[in-house]
Amino acid sequence: MPIPIEMPKLSDTMTEGTLLRWVKKVGDSVEVGDVLAEVETDKATMEMEAFDEGTLSEVYVGEGQTVQVGEKLALLLGAGEPKTASTAGKQTETAKQPAPDKKQAQTKPAEPPAAPAPLKITATDSGVRVKASPLARKVAADLGVQLEDLPGSGPGGRIIRDDVLAAHEKQSSDTPQPAKTTAPAMVGQPASQSDVQVPLTGMRRTIAARLLEAKTTIPHFYLQADVDAEPLVQLRQQLNAANESVGLPKYTVNDFLLKATAVAATHVPKANASFAGDAIIQYAAVHLACAVAVDDGLVTPVIRDAHSKTLSQISSEVKDLASKARSKKLKPEQYQGGTLTLSNLGSYGVDQFFAIINPPQSLIVSVGAILRKPVINAAGAIVPGQRIVLGLSCDHRVVDGAIGAQFLAELKRLIETPALMLV
Amino acid sequence: MKYDLVVVGGGPAGYVGAIRAAQLGKRVACVEKERAGGTCLNWGCIPTKSLLRNAELYQLLRHRASDLGFRFDNLAFDWSKIIARSRAVSDKLASGVEFLFKKHKIEYIKAPASIPEPGRVAYKATDGKEQTLETESILVATGATSRPLPGLPINGTTVIDSHYAMILDPQPKRLLIIGAGAIGVEFAYFFNAFGTEVTLIEMLPNILPVEDTEISVALERTLAKQGIKIFTNSKVTETSVSKDGVRLTVEAKQKQTLEADCALVAIGVSPVVPGGLSLKLDPKGFIQIDERYQTNVPGIYAAGDIIGPPWLAHVAMWEAIQAVNGIFSTATPKRLKTFPGCTYCQPQVASVGLTERAAKEKGITFKVGKFPFLANGKALAAGEPEGFVKLLISEPYGEIIGAHIISAEATELVAELGLAINLEATHEDLEETIHAHPTLSEAVHEAVGNAFGLAIHI
Repeated sequence: MPIPIEMPKLSDTMTEGTLLRWVKKVGDSVEVGDVLAEVETDKATMEMEAFDEGTLSEVYVGEGQTVQVGEKLALLLGAGEPKTASTAGKQTETAKQPAPDKKQAQTKPAEPPAAPAPLKITATDSGVRVKASPLARKVAADLGVQLEDLPGSGPGGRIIRDDVLAAHEKQSSDTPQPAKTTAPAMVGQPASQSDVQVPLTGMRRTIAARLLEAKTTIPHFYLQADVDAEPLVQLRQQLNAANESVGLPKYTVNDFLLKATAVAATHVPKANASFAGDAIIQYAAVHLACAVAVDDGLVTPVIRDAHSKTLSQISSEVKDLASKARSKKLKPEQYQGGTLTLSNLGSYGVDQFFAIINPPQSLIVSVGAILRKPVINAAGAIVPGQRIVLGLSCDHRVVDGAIGAQFLAELKRLIETPALMLV
Repeated sequence: MKYDLVVVGGGPAGYVGAIRAAQLGKRVACVEKERAGGTCLNWGCIPTKSLLRNAELYQLLRHRASDLGFRFDNLAFDWSKIIARSRAVSDKLASGVEFLFKKHKIEYIKAPASIPEPGRVAYKATDGKEQTLETESILVATGATSRPLPGLPINGTTVIDSHYAMILDPQPKRLLIIGAGAIGVEFAYFFNAFGTEVTLIEMLPNILPVEDTEISVALERTLAKQGIKIFTNSKVTETSVSKDGVRLTVEAKQKQTLEADCALVAIGVSPVVPGGLSLKLDPKGFIQIDERYQTNVPGIYAAGDIIGPPWLAHVAMWEAIQAVNGIFSTATPKRLKTFPGCTYCQPQVASVGLTERAAKEKGITFKVGKFPFLANGKALAAGEPEGFVKLLISEPYGEIIGAHIISAEATELVAELGLAINLEATHEDLEETIHAHPTLSEAVHEAVGNAFGLAIHI
């Protein structure tokens, strides 16, 4: 039996993947576990392994091509198995001539992107199987309503015509809708010949959808505190001097901030929680996500059980995660399941900011650079000081002002008395 | 002991609601004053289908035996046995419901019940003592009963309702039926098949007034051919009842006096509201409910005939399931939209969705597809070429919005179209579905084609 190889679903949010490189070529023999190809998902570049052995007999998707999850990529033949004309032929045909409703989804990087005029979004735009009635599909295609994110009120959650009409009405009114990222009214258009239209990568698409959802559906509020960073700077100097003498790596300011955030979250557990519709989930463990800028976006790798890790464990883990993130080698478990996030723009000289919450979390800590500033000391004199400004964005459905303030006060206390986070 | 749900009434809404609650793991009791199964099983749908089966067989043998190559020199029927069979079918099914109660560990109490206050259902036990059941929620499923015609009270002999009609022995020689809805038409067919002289009187312009007019007109023609006298647009203005018979004055364009042994009143139903605290009713006396099937009293719900039209067993069952699902979950129960309606004379009439009149009233643009059974192989082979399928297909998207069938087995054919409407199928979906050959269902397929000039066999 020829075994078709399909685009795997490598993360929860993955709907399509780009085939970056075929590691195996047609005619190569394949063992179980061999890397067949490299695939770029919305989150990372991953290696696609073979689950069966045989010979790679046909390849339907070229390098650089983006296809839907589940789409056939290649055909594997068992040992001595002749390739049957019918299967091979049929599949080649499918690959060459995508079904009309999938046409728009097949991005071919070689071709320049089409003008943004025909924004009629088809029902199966992202390849997710959508339960919708035939009538709902027709109406959706006609009105340009995307079916994937619609709630279905028909039998078994099927999307019916009324759901589409309701969504269309909502879309036409001015309320911003999370599902509306590509709605014509909000979409920019190239103004001149010299403008460059960069097609969205999977990551960009995910960032766009998730952050729009976060900013429009989570009731954010913001707290800010100015913190004395001098004790932390001193402690860091001491520890790094000691480490250096024995050849151990140095700690960054960020390592201390991560440690402080993890400890603060264990001290104020109500801040380490998620809104779950009809309940609030308060997490037992602190899985601390850390925003890392990468080439075409950002990822938030997760330090699991950060509450039970030492400064040096956190330091080495975050280095490893960040380098994997930059080379897109993160595994799903390394970027999923965070319970709160730290975002640090200090290295860019930003003195303060407020980040957007990373759902389903309800808290994100934003830190700026440590800056030298005049401060009034206990004796009332103006003296030079080192300050860092902490920003906190909270989901008010979970974290009230007082809880957020408690968390921020705890974080301030830990940073100003950094020995506390080490005991 | 406190119940999660006590259901008042053991008819299609009541017993189905009780079983669904038990399936959800709830502690349930059902209090029924007469016998489990309600009107449907005891005095409605089921026993009449038994009678009608006899009628259609007799009609077939009497009028068409020679076409079919049979000869009966002494074809006769036993009226009492026909009625006895109908009762036996009811008995069997009613005990089936009692068995289902046992199987689902539902406490079944046979007594008239009342609701003195929320959370309590009172009934008189067999020993005459007042008993009370305590419960979290109550589902009222007390149903409806025949509505009498003012000035013509039911006496059980010369003036009867459907209840008496199905056990009328001896067979009347002449019968007047007031009201040509499904019940009136079915009894007209039944008695006429066995040789009773039947007159059907309807106030509205057509018999089966809720059906598509084209279907009503076709049925009118057929029933008239079978020998039933039909007066439409006719109102009963005077009545006179004696020990041996009844005389009705019927006014249409002209005044006429009709005489018979017996008059059957089939003009609709009235609600049976339970005793105890007073629930909010609509102007016609049916219980008013909100979107969760809850009455104006929190914790008291209602489903089935008691919440108003359409008074159909299958609708009652569906509503009860919706109501009970809603009581024990946070999901919003569904309210009735599309339901099939069936009349079991021969040829049968079945429909689902909008009639042509209703579609026009709503301002919908639509195409009509029709196909006659005269061009259907299976219908000809079975010797049942009468009738047609009529489909209403909306424009521009082509979804099915109404289906109307008059034919042999029409009531079985309509299920496909109910599914089509419920799933919002379009004409392409029906067209692309292979219908087995030879079957009557091919006529449905061809009717879809006909709407687009693509029917093959016509």
